[in-house]
Amino acid sequence: MTDMTLAHCDLLIVGAGPAGMAAAVAAAPSGASIVVIDDNPAPGGQIWRDGPGATLPPAARKWREALERHANIRVCSGTRIVAAPSRNELLLEDTERGWRIRWKKLILCTGARELLLPFPGWTLPGVTGAGGLQALIKAGLPVDGERIVIAGSGPLLLAAAATARGAGAKVVLVAEQASLAAVAGFAASLLKWPDKAAQAMTLANAQYRTSSRIASVQGGTQVESVRLRQGGRDVEIECDRVACGFGLIPNTQLGRMLGCALTPEGINAQALAVDASQATSLPGVYAAGECTGFGGSERALVQGTIAGHAAVGNERAAKQHEAERARWNAFAAQLHRSFALAPEIRQMPQPDTLVCRCEDVPFSALADCSGWTDAKLHRRCGMGACQGRVCGDAAQFLFGWTPPAPRPPLSPARIATLAGLAGPGDVDRQ
Amino acid sequence: MSSETLLHIDGRPVRVRAGSSVAAALCVAGGMGVARTSVTGQSRAPFCGMGVCQECRVRIDGRRKLACQTVCAEGMRVETSE
Repeated sequence: MTDMTLAHCDLLIVGAGPAGMAAAVAAAPSGASIVVIDDNPAPGGQIWRDGPGATLPPAARKWREALERHANIRVCSGTRIVAAPSRNELLLEDTERGWRIRWKKLILCTGARELLLPFPGWTLPGVTGAGGLQALIKAGLPVDGERIVIAGSGPLLLAAAATARGAGAKVVLVAEQASLAAVAGFAASLLKWPDKAAQAMTLANAQYRTSSRIASVQGGTQVESVRLRQGGRDVEIECDRVACGFGLIPNTQLGRMLGCALTPEGINAQALAVDASQATSLPGVYAAGECTGFGGSERALVQGTIAGHAAVGNERAAKQHEAERARWNAFAAQLHRSFALAPEIRQMPQPDTLVCRCEDVPFSALADCSGWTDAKLHRRCGMGACQGRVCGDAAQFLFGWTPPAPRPPLSPARIATLAGLAGPGDVDRQ
Repeated sequence: MSSETLLHIDGRPVRVRAGSSVAAALCVAGGMGVARTSVTGQSRAPFCGMGVCQECRVRIDGRRKLACQTVCAEGMRVETSE
């Protein structure tokens, strides 16, 4: 048997974004031993990512302080999940070591990632995701004086623009693919969520352009210009950076590997399915936040609170938050309707545009594939380091391919960590 | 705590704001932060910014890590490319 550490806890929470923080804080008064693991350097998730370029809102500070106040909550940052060696057990890795942890209850707060879609030039240095640019700036990326074009879809574009401008960049254009009617409808609906309307006011942007989508990025060794399609005509804009994201995709890898069911249809299709107490289809396993469908930090906080109470058996406290959850679920539904992607977005890639950035597989190589497994086996699409997290989402959008349930290791891991999967007898065999 | 951190990227000293990620440091070093060369020889730089795409993987003090998920430390040695 390997001598890898085996830790125990009553409640394991995966993800220290708003949902995970709220879940831990709700569960803490029960006295349960709680461990929160997160792959970022500090708690806060993507929305409250800290760093030299970040200004944390008061809510983020409040939740971080609440986490620190409870002696029975242990936060393990910089930690990734590698595998699930047995029921109620996960294999983890941080920068120094691999270790195993056994849990009695589990809450998945694994968040969401950006939908990043291929277009000519998207692999050039200087092209990032929209939320990606925001995360990089918060973590200290200097953009002072740079000309930046932000494109794609959703309210995240405006948030990214505000962060870039705050860091001294010149945001030349924010190109939203949705129509003016859709965006105006969304803005009007915000009256039902006054706190969101107030937030939107601070993001208002004179460079915002609707029905505008990216055609290509040009440059030698890095970004030099971007071409955008606005109505029937193309415009070319010189710039230093292009940030492009098409909304958010729930991170369901871990949930799916454990066997949690997905929501079959509707606005949360392909997200982890949960019931009224945030329980998944798997006994003892709950899910909260964007991994159950995207809808913002307020929805994540209230879902996390409900999951935290439910996981320690406090159903009464959980129930008290149901009305608030319904209110933010309605907001999420409005968001989905307003920023639905136009079918033309599927025409962005050209035959030589790479779809898989890890294995450099072009669009033309995938056109005659019958599905994801065929593309993997015969074209190496999705066989690289990101394990299809980027091209798998793109292929699902472009071709309608459904990726199969993920297999361990869930993320690239060190051999010494994988040795922790060895059973007794495996190690001594010559 | 110092307001700046000094690290080495491919042997060159780079000074960044304390608390910066290695991905930010790669960009401070120049060239839009190229971290690696792809299988067909293209230069790649940090892309997703949040630990998903693996484009910013570099060697940090001898271990392969994601530049966007690693905070710079004094004297850290970063090697780009694979």
